[in-house]
Amino acid sequence: MWTSFDTWIVIVGMLCAVACALPGCFLVLRKMSMMGDAISHAVLPGLAIAFLITGTRASVPMFLGAALAGLLTALFTQWIMRFGNVDRGAAMGIVFTTLFAIGLLLIRRAADHVDLDPGCVLYGAIELTPLDTVALGGFEIPRAALVNGGVLLANLLVLTLFYKEFKLSSFDPDLADTLGYSSQFLHYLLMTLVAVTTVAAFESVGSIIVIAMLIVPPATALLLTHRLLPMLLIAAGAAVLAAITGHLGALVVPGWFGFESTTSSGMIALASGLIFLLAWLFSPDQGIVMRRFRTAPAPIVPLSNTNTDIA
Amino acid sequence: MPGLSEILEVLLLQNYNTRLVVLSTTLLGIAAGLVGSFLLLRKRSLMGDALSHATLPGIAIAFGVMVALGGEGKSLPALLLGATLSGVAGIATMLIIRNTTRLRDDVAMGFVLSVFFGVGVASLRMVQDLPNAAGLESFIYGKAASVVMSDFLLIALVAGAASLVCLIFLKEFLVLCFDDGYAAAQGWPTLFLDVLLLGLVTAVTVIGLQSVGLILVIAFLITPPTAARFWTDRLLPMLLISAVIGGVSGWLGASLSALTPRLPAGAVIVLVAAALFLVSMLFAPVRGVLPRILNQAALRRKEDRQHFLRAAYEILEDQAGDAPVANRSFPYEALLPKRSWTPRHLRQILRVARREDHLEPAPPGRLRLSEPGFGEAARVTRNHRLWETYLIQYADVAPSHVDRDADMVEHILGAELVRELEAKLGGTLPDQRVPPSPHSTGDRNTRSG
Repeated sequence: MWTSFDTWIVIVGMLCAVACALPGCFLVLRKMSMMGDAISHAVLPGLAIAFLITGTRASVPMFLGAALAGLLTALFTQWIMRFGNVDRGAAMGIVFTTLFAIGLLLIRRAADHVDLDPGCVLYGAIELTPLDTVALGGFEIPRAALVNGGVLLANLLVLTLFYKEFKLSSFDPDLADTLGYSSQFLHYLLMTLVAVTTVAAFESVGSIIVIAMLIVPPATALLLTHRLLPMLLIAAGAAVLAAITGHLGALVVPGWFGFESTTSSGMIALASGLIFLLAWLFSPDQGIVMRRFRTAPAPIVPLSNTNTDIA
Repeated sequence: MPGLSEILEVLLLQNYNTRLVVLSTTLLGIAAGLVGSFLLLRKRSLMGDALSHATLPGIAIAFGVMVALGGEGKSLPALLLGATLSGVAGIATMLIIRNTTRLRDDVAMGFVLSVFFGVGVASLRMVQDLPNAAGLESFIYGKAASVVMSDFLLIALVAGAASLVCLIFLKEFLVLCFDDGYAAAQGWPTLFLDVLLLGLVTAVTVIGLQSVGLILVIAFLITPPTAARFWTDRLLPMLLISAVIGGVSGWLGASLSALTPRLPAGAVIVLVAAALFLVSMLFAPVRGVLPRILNQAALRRKEDRQHFLRAAYEILEDQAGDAPVANRSFPYEALLPKRSWTPRHLRQILRVARREDHLEPAPPGRLRLSEPGFGEAARVTRNHRLWETYLIQYADVAPSHVDRDADMVEHILGAELVRELEAKLGGTLPDQRVPPSPHSTGDRNTRSG
């Protein structure tokens, strides 16, 4: 009973997951995974304010509001770290919980005359995306597919344009600065990408499961390769696989326990977790099982020993 | 708008309906303030973040299991037990990822947070079809108003126990947080202590789920301790301040939320805590931003004054030649080359000196120190030279370099230290008020200081 609905859900999920995985690779490499977490929680007030002003969902103001909120998170975190001498994790925690609380307050206060369900914000409504379509060249295409596809293209474009710079500043920010590529600029560019991607994905998968899409496929890829370009490709592949198996799981798994249905977004997160588990077990050179069969086990090479501020 | 008497009634816990809610969030705030302090000092603040998200599948699964066993499903202790178990599983996953792969903490936390939350959402949606499942989502955003007597007792018991454990293991946690390597070398059970700490965090998170929700309980663990850190450099005061800030946030936040319709308690509590954090960060006397800026400015003014007075004294010395130094007027132009002052900076310094009565009126183009100014200049110069002599004799600094080195410390020489220096150098110093400079005191345009 696979319908065109299911096809669209999988396509939206795939576009979303790949769009997230690409900037996610750089988040993971820069040891800033939790920044994705902070930003995705903190876009709530931006969304709420834009929504309260315009009264529509998924519009340009919504994007702007969320991107602004995301940037502010990065900025406030940086300020509290620098001026207050506060540990990065704590600074992030304070900023994102505060912004999240403001967003929650705005939504609750306006609950009478707007239709923005706080639950939806957290785990999205990917099942409903095929209902909201746009006519394009004779086809009815879900708006979410267009939005996420657009963001995917934008991410591809920015990452291709700044590939060398991102690569350099991810692995050696000091060298990048010395050579004249502002790692500050690249940092905020990446944060903007993450914020925009998060907003695009939020409607479909919600603001927390999007973290699974940002972090888990790149983490999987990092277990399978030591090089950047393969890492990006593997992460994208893992993202696609997670979207497909996740939706299949959402159709099949509830039946096992005698339930009727579940959310595809949650199952996509679970699927990406399971793909990570496979990589963790069977990665050719880093997998737990594979290391057993080797005469000389490969050493665990940490990404870097110098950064310990998130402990 | 509620009247004053109504506000007072809620704040003073006289209102029966809100008393339990306000009390439970206050207790929660106190316990979270204590436990969170250690988490912050251990630089693991975001552990609470990952942990709290990881409790969601436990809640949904516990509910499903209880219904399957024929129960009502909504018993709070059972749901919280499920939350605890999945939280612990989350922590275990995090540690396994960290210890067996080259992925770092941040990835491990992000992984646990998002995958567990995804599983939670998926299982929550599954059990949604069961009867009586409405309201399970309130664990995400919290629903303080739903606290009843039995819930309150549970919260009070766990919060009290967690606070007590914190105080009992104060010394052990202190060592663990400030130097875990030393603690391990001294034979402290660091692994046990870490596990205990995470256990306390789990306990506080889980009892906070119902009233403030799993996202905002993170703020309870992070914000009060970080705010308290600005007020003190010592552990015990920090714990107390953190507990007070947590308690006040819980108390004020829950009261405000109870007084105003459609104001979720969790969000208000977080905003109260954030406001207290902002005030602490800006104004706290020890490490606050503004006091630090003011201190720096005051130190810079003091440095400027001492540099000016010493420069003036050295000019007077040059004028006097071999005769005793006397307070005469000297040309303004002689002052400028003494240091790398800009004319504008020097004018500002002179303005301050006039205000402090270190300068007397003098003919145009000339300056003259007042009697107190001259005395102060002699004292400042003497301290500088004492310190220089000390550096030359005891620290083996070359005479040509000693001026700059002395500059870095002399501004903070206290009277005590000066007496000590005098005693130490007494035998080697010529018996006069200001010893001669151990190096040439020519124009110092090329030197900094």
